[in-house]
Amino acid sequence: MAELTYRDAVARGIAQEMARDPDVVFLGEDVAKAGGVFKATVGLYEQFGPLRVRDTPISEQAILGAAMGAAMTGLKPIAEIMFSDFLAVCFDYIANEFPKSRYMTNGQVKCPLVVRTGNGAGSRFGAQHSQSVENWCMMIPGLKVVAPSSPRDVIGLLAAAVRDPDPVIFFEHKSLYPMKGEVPDGEIVDTLGTAKIVRPGKDATILALALMVPRALEAAEKLKAEHGIDCEVVDVRSLVPLDTQTILGSVARTHRLFTVEENPRLCGWGAEIASIVADEAFYDLDGPIVRITTPHIPLPAADVLEDTVLPTPGRIAERVRQSLGS
Amino acid sequence: MKPLQKSEISSSNDDLGEDVRLELYRLQFLLREAEQRAFDLFLQNLVKGTSHLSLGQEAVAAGFAAAMKPGDLSFCTYRGHAHTLARGVPVEQVLGELMGRDNGLMRGKGGSMHLTSVEHGVMGSYAIIGAHLPIACGAAWRAQYKGQDDVSVCFFGDGTTNIGAFHEALNFAAIWKLPVIFVCENNHYMEYTPIGDVTAVPHPAADRASAYGLERIIVDGNDADAVYRTAMAAYDKARKGEGPSLIECITYRHSGHSRADPAKYRPEGELEKWKERDPVKVYRERLLDFGIDKDVILGIESAIKREVDDATDQCKAAPIPSQDIIMTDVYADGGFAWRN
Repeated sequence: MAELTYRDAVARGIAQEMARDPDVVFLGEDVAKAGGVFKATVGLYEQFGPLRVRDTPISEQAILGAAMGAAMTGLKPIAEIMFSDFLAVCFDYIANEFPKSRYMTNGQVKCPLVVRTGNGAGSRFGAQHSQSVENWCMMIPGLKVVAPSSPRDVIGLLAAAVRDPDPVIFFEHKSLYPMKGEVPDGEIVDTLGTAKIVRPGKDATILALALMVPRALEAAEKLKAEHGIDCEVVDVRSLVPLDTQTILGSVARTHRLFTVEENPRLCGWGAEIASIVADEAFYDLDGPIVRITTPHIPLPAADVLEDTVLPTPGRIAERVRQSLGS
Repeated sequence: MKPLQKSEISSSNDDLGEDVRLELYRLQFLLREAEQRAFDLFLQNLVKGTSHLSLGQEAVAAGFAAAMKPGDLSFCTYRGHAHTLARGVPVEQVLGELMGRDNGLMRGKGGSMHLTSVEHGVMGSYAIIGAHLPIACGAAWRAQYKGQDDVSVCFFGDGTTNIGAFHEALNFAAIWKLPVIFVCENNHYMEYTPIGDVTAVPHPAADRASAYGLERIIVDGNDADAVYRTAMAAYDKARKGEGPSLIECITYRHSGHSRADPAKYRPEGELEKWKERDPVKVYRERLLDFGIDKDVILGIESAIKREVDDATDQCKAAPIPSQDIIMTDVYADGGFAWRN
């Protein structure tokens, strides 16, 4: 067991898969010689060489298009899009090409690739380098969407994504890169579509993703210490496939549901989960489902502004406390 | 490239040889007959949705397909019937897909704009302009990485040259020296608008080649021989590891952009002028000039007519797709479930 940063876990996860399978190749802007703009891919170029770890021009369409062409003819590419905001630049591949190729060709074409991208706020980068855009991808039939919250899960879920036969969009959170966590030695491989109960509790379920997981955990500790409210925190980990069993099971035990989303409120993933729970577990609920989100605004840059709009442990705790009436 | 003059033609100076010539004619005649049939079936309301014919452009598809080796990969646009058929995909499967029948290439799940036959190296028809140029780069990258000698060929129209993906793909292919050939079918119209009205250079593809360190190549896209020779040179270059080619084939679309377009925007007499250079008609005359027996030509024509007639009958008799395929193949497990 070693302590690793989320950033180093990315490099270890990619290295684990590249060492295992020579068909795994990696491309993106500044990912090779420079080791990545977030230093999340340091050492891969030296370890696997220029044929497998490739710097590209600033050409997001070419990066994703080439990844697709390689995937459909036998490679297992990992493509990096530096900031998730830039997915919009190459959204044709995300929306029209990867996810529809299998269906439109009646199963003839396969597209097993992973797009890794830096998602989320907290770095004061402003509205075009800070968004949480996982819901852009969640709504497209044919894609899988994953967002780990810990160094260990980065490795396990990345391995699962690389080995998955479908296209996977893998959202790393920029503000988690320096976060440290215990990581077991040896190979780690998870299963996509498995949520994780990261803190058991009996009074309410808080669902969170990526950066919102440590914030929800902090809120849960605060609620316990200050109000005696015992919250279960569930790390969703994977939006598609979605682990509805774990979510519904948790709601059946706690009878209250809160979702904590970094994305703007309108059409956030929490709305879909709220709809599922309302539809399938209505009689398990003792109160309304509450969504805690960023407001429906582009993200502001200044410290105080960005901090105010994102869900914080304090805001999460306060909303839960109000709702439970303690 | 200068068209062959009649006085220069004789079987003694035929560098391509009779087999290649007959294959080039067979392919062009097949594409013409099959697409003409698709149009007829559309008028009978048996071809649904939209369809984009490439009547008049047959020499490009035929020339490149005849020069390909098995295992080479083609990437087409929504105007991809000809490129698909030229790789040997049965007419019945193409017409069946256009007619939404169960015998279609994708059992009706793709339609006219998404013809794909991996078995024949037809890696898809892409309905978003320019999307497939980077995809072809990726397939070529795989060949380079794995040391395989296949070449990826990517067909697109003149309108594509103003899309960002065109420029990204060209640069990407050039810097990685990928075995990919970009083939621009300049049919003079970007959908409904003359390409010259919306492009800063007279040759939308070739004039941009130097920006990516590539040779400026323009070929008479109505002359299957010229296309074939150019294609052979580009395949050879790609297989030797010398990188991509960008080839602009000058041709003309006899019909409108799609089934909805009667092409009334064309100047009077333009179509007629190009029909004098109809690639199928001109090539037939050339075969006769080379001294090829008329009965051989008639034999090819009647065999193809029979093939297209039979395919039409089979498609008309084919069942419609069964409802149970609607929810299949969204994900690799064969289903559509996004929940565990």
